[in-house]
Amino acid sequence: MRDFAYHRATTLEQAGPLAARAESAILAGGTTLLDLAKCDVVRPAEVVDITHLPGLADIRADAESLHLGALVRMAAAMRHVAVRAACPAVAQALALSASAQIRNMATLGGNLLQRTRCAYYRDPASFPACNRRTPGSGCAAAGGVTHHHALLGTSEACIATYPGDLAVALVAVGAVIEIGTRWMPAEDFFLLPGETPHREFALEPGEIVTALCIPASAASRRSAYLKLRDRASYEFASVSVAAGLELAADGTIADVRLALGGVATIPWRLHAVEAALTGRHPTPATLREASLLAMQGATPRPDNRHKLDLAPRLVHRALEQLLQGDAA
Amino acid sequence: MSPLDISPQRGDAGDGIGGRPPRIDGLAKIRGEAAYAMDQPVEGLAHAVLVTATIAAGWVRGIDRTAAEAAPGVLLVLTPGNTPPLHAASTWTGEAPPTSEYRPLEPEIRHVGQQIALVVAESLEQATEAATLLRVDYEAAPFLADFTVPDAGEGQDLPPLTIERGDADTALASADIRISAEYGTPREYNVPIEPHGLTARWDGDALTLWEPSQWLDGMARNYAEWFGIGFEQVRLISPYIGGGFGSKALALPHGAIAAQAARMLGRPVKLVLTRPQTFTAFGGRAATRQLLELGADADGHLLAIRHRGWQETSRNGLWVEPLNAATALMYEVPHLSSRQRVVPVNTVTPSAKRAPGENPSAFALECAMDELAYALGQDPLALRLRNEPGRDPHSGKLWSSRRMREAYAAGADSFGWARRNPTPGAMRDGPLRLGWGMAAGTYPVRRSAGEAMVRILADGGVEVASSTSDMGTGAYTILAQTAASVFGLPLARVRVTLGDSTLPRAPVSGGSQMAGLMTGAVDKAARAAREELIGLALNDPRSPLRGVANTLAVAEGRLIAPRGEAPPLPIAELLTAIGRDRVEALRDTLAENGLKPEDRYRAFTTVSTMRAPTDGEYSMHSWCAHFVELAVDEALGSVRLRRIVTAFDAGLLYNPRLAESQIKGGIVMGIGQALLEGGIVDRRHARVLNNNLADYLLPTHADIPPIEVISVGEPDPHASALGGKGVGELGIVGLAAAIANAVFHATGKRVRDLPITLADLC
Repeated sequence: MRDFAYHRATTLEQAGPLAARAESAILAGGTTLLDLAKCDVVRPAEVVDITHLPGLADIRADAESLHLGALVRMAAAMRHVAVRAACPAVAQALALSASAQIRNMATLGGNLLQRTRCAYYRDPASFPACNRRTPGSGCAAAGGVTHHHALLGTSEACIATYPGDLAVALVAVGAVIEIGTRWMPAEDFFLLPGETPHREFALEPGEIVTALCIPASAASRRSAYLKLRDRASYEFASVSVAAGLELAADGTIADVRLALGGVATIPWRLHAVEAALTGRHPTPATLREASLLAMQGATPRPDNRHKLDLAPRLVHRALEQLLQGDAA
Repeated sequence: MSPLDISPQRGDAGDGIGGRPPRIDGLAKIRGEAAYAMDQPVEGLAHAVLVTATIAAGWVRGIDRTAAEAAPGVLLVLTPGNTPPLHAASTWTGEAPPTSEYRPLEPEIRHVGQQIALVVAESLEQATEAATLLRVDYEAAPFLADFTVPDAGEGQDLPPLTIERGDADTALASADIRISAEYGTPREYNVPIEPHGLTARWDGDALTLWEPSQWLDGMARNYAEWFGIGFEQVRLISPYIGGGFGSKALALPHGAIAAQAARMLGRPVKLVLTRPQTFTAFGGRAATRQLLELGADADGHLLAIRHRGWQETSRNGLWVEPLNAATALMYEVPHLSSRQRVVPVNTVTPSAKRAPGENPSAFALECAMDELAYALGQDPLALRLRNEPGRDPHSGKLWSSRRMREAYAAGADSFGWARRNPTPGAMRDGPLRLGWGMAAGTYPVRRSAGEAMVRILADGGVEVASSTSDMGTGAYTILAQTAASVFGLPLARVRVTLGDSTLPRAPVSGGSQMAGLMTGAVDKAARAAREELIGLALNDPRSPLRGVANTLAVAEGRLIAPRGEAPPLPIAELLTAIGRDRVEALRDTLAENGLKPEDRYRAFTTVSTMRAPTDGEYSMHSWCAHFVELAVDEALGSVRLRRIVTAFDAGLLYNPRLAESQIKGGIVMGIGQALLEGGIVDRRHARVLNNNLADYLLPTHADIPPIEVISVGEPDPHASALGGKGVGELGIVGLAAAIANAVFHATGKRVRDLPITLADLC
């Protein structure tokens, strides 16, 4: 029997120090923690249950922003009218994630913190080498089966893909992560693997994600999330795109927000594509040429090379869809 | 009717054979009340966890058990070093074992995931934790990851599968039109939602096993031989099965070691495989490769087929997936050459998955027919009709029934095939390209003997009992319907007990044979019980109907004189009057299958007496034609099915609702095969990486389009006692080819290796 201590935190002030201990893990929806514990990837000695913390399950919208508590369940957020109005990309990303059962349990904070699906990461008994799991141990994925691995943001140490959908939408629309009393842009929250792939999130020990905040913007209100995969449901993205668009009165692109999922080690903001579009008229040629920049700097592998073509096409498709929405 | 609408059944033909009542076990299952084998409460249970090899080949030099044995709650740690051998068991085909001993834990490793230890503890959690504390010292050896690695070579010839009909090479050389293509299918896994497992309890030398089983008697024999006890000393109990698809028919190594642990401990032991272990504790469908060359004259008459097949097997076991099973049968072709080779690699021995043989065979053949149709500039359906054989081209025998033309016609009509524009990419819906594809399928009629007991109770109700199993497909229901027909009773008055090896015998529920043979056995026993009842009514001195007529009818639970010579007498009243509490009959169908009483044990515990489809005057098979519409997003490569129409000839359907449902199940599995499924092997380690249900992709509801199934069958009196042919495996055969052909029609791309994915089409 693998015993662990269970703490039911009642205040954030109490939860933080408990979560800061060396072998403790935070329990919210539990869908990732239980999964990784069963895989033997995590072996917490202490579990800090934060599901009873007050005030972390609110959804509030005003003229400035949309506020989503970290303990809001995925299913609740995706159905909420305020979320659908303020940021369709977020609602769609959630609806296309996981399964109904998981969406009913999993929280938004936990969703951001989900771990890679790299098969080598998830099977320590078979593959001891994993820099993300055990710093300095090597990378079993390098030279292995990598059709689901990243082409962007990789390093010698790690090529594991960030698997989530929600975070891709959040990064695109410039969301901010509330961590107790401090705030951080979502784009800065996810860390490139570099030489330290075990450091995945910009969180210090004991810090707890408490809310997500999406600043109100025209691009957020006019946004969409497209997810490409072989199976129609319950599969991680082969490629996904979150896109938001604002047109100026003269028909040029005033603001465009783009991020990719399924192809990078972190939710991947497409600054170059955005720059190529901003201020331009969204002609078919402009959209196509700009989209081609999506995979700039990619390092493909033999079994994921097709994503070099797929990702730009999906970006293009997302932009077209947002423009067509305007026509309709 | 909604699934929950199970209004009381009428005591008319609607409850009998050919009626459409819903499954009588359905409500219990959706309420969670149906207790499966692993749900059975057993007192004093200890929990076992299987430990498996992390290398593909080599030896276990030693396993340090110290820490595991010292862990809390641990009762027993079995390793190759401390586990005494069992007796070797004869094979499921009835052949004697090559050696006298069987070691369920061997030091020699031949595949990743091979079982190397068992940890038993008071709780599952304790056993799970202790299992991680074993320190295994391996000596690794070179291995062959799969049959694509160069060192795997070309494998061994399988002469029994060689067919040389005419002169295929010469005929091909002179054919007006030739096509040649290679088709591949990956390792496909059964992954039933109910994982494999068992609870084993010893009472002295008697062994009771609760274990999901497609073959109670065969598995009981295997356990009896392993442990050197009598067949009657083993009781195997399997009330329901949560999916098997061929993988729950045989006793498996994990069962041997769990039962052995129970015996050594003197305590009942429960072992349930983890999901990853369901990819390595038993094999799925072997990976296959087929090279097909078809030659035809300019009119589209097939002249020759040249077929070469390769399949994987393991280093220590031979599984044969007969890749020409459909190739030799479907079309009129004078010249056929077929050879197959089997390539041993370091994997678990492959095994049966729905339609072994016919499934990959039809995938290649039916894709090749589509390619030939395009090479000829002909409609794929017209090409098939042109080559429809009047008799079995392989055996030369007449078909017992082959309503393939009717299936093509009904399917094409309902689908609207005539409206198809044959040009690839020509049919569109907005940005999507539509693909219309079709293919045919077949599955043989296999026949074995069965046995059943039918008992008429004092209240006029009827009991049916047999050791056969219900895989979830409706055995309980159709056997109740069989008895209901004979007695003119409503279904509610028939009670069926199955899935217990102490009941009357039954052979394997595999090869789509169960429904045909067991309805025959139950019908025979029910008629015998009815005759005895009528005899008692006419002859017993205490019977109110004594001597009223020469015979009596039985309907609605009453005995009825043919011309109203006496008022109808409820069966219950007769039994009371003559002082009986029951009338029962136990009957087998050995004689009907050309067997003698002394063949009984062999007939039910091995497949050695199973009759081939051409054993007898006729060649007997089920048939189907699939029509598929899908949409391909050309820029993105995604395929989404839109609708499927399948017309099939499986003879008489004992319960059309359930048969249609089973065909749909085969179609759903075929969708997975076509677009999603496949073991992904890391060749550096010979390890299947996607060994879980998040990464081994099965179809979800969202992947399944509307499916229409149409029965065009008529009763086939040669195939079975009541006129049905096999249903269970038929629906999957050819479906993947229909999808691949539709993908070509949509895109102009031939994808010949399954599954067809984004990476192939984008």
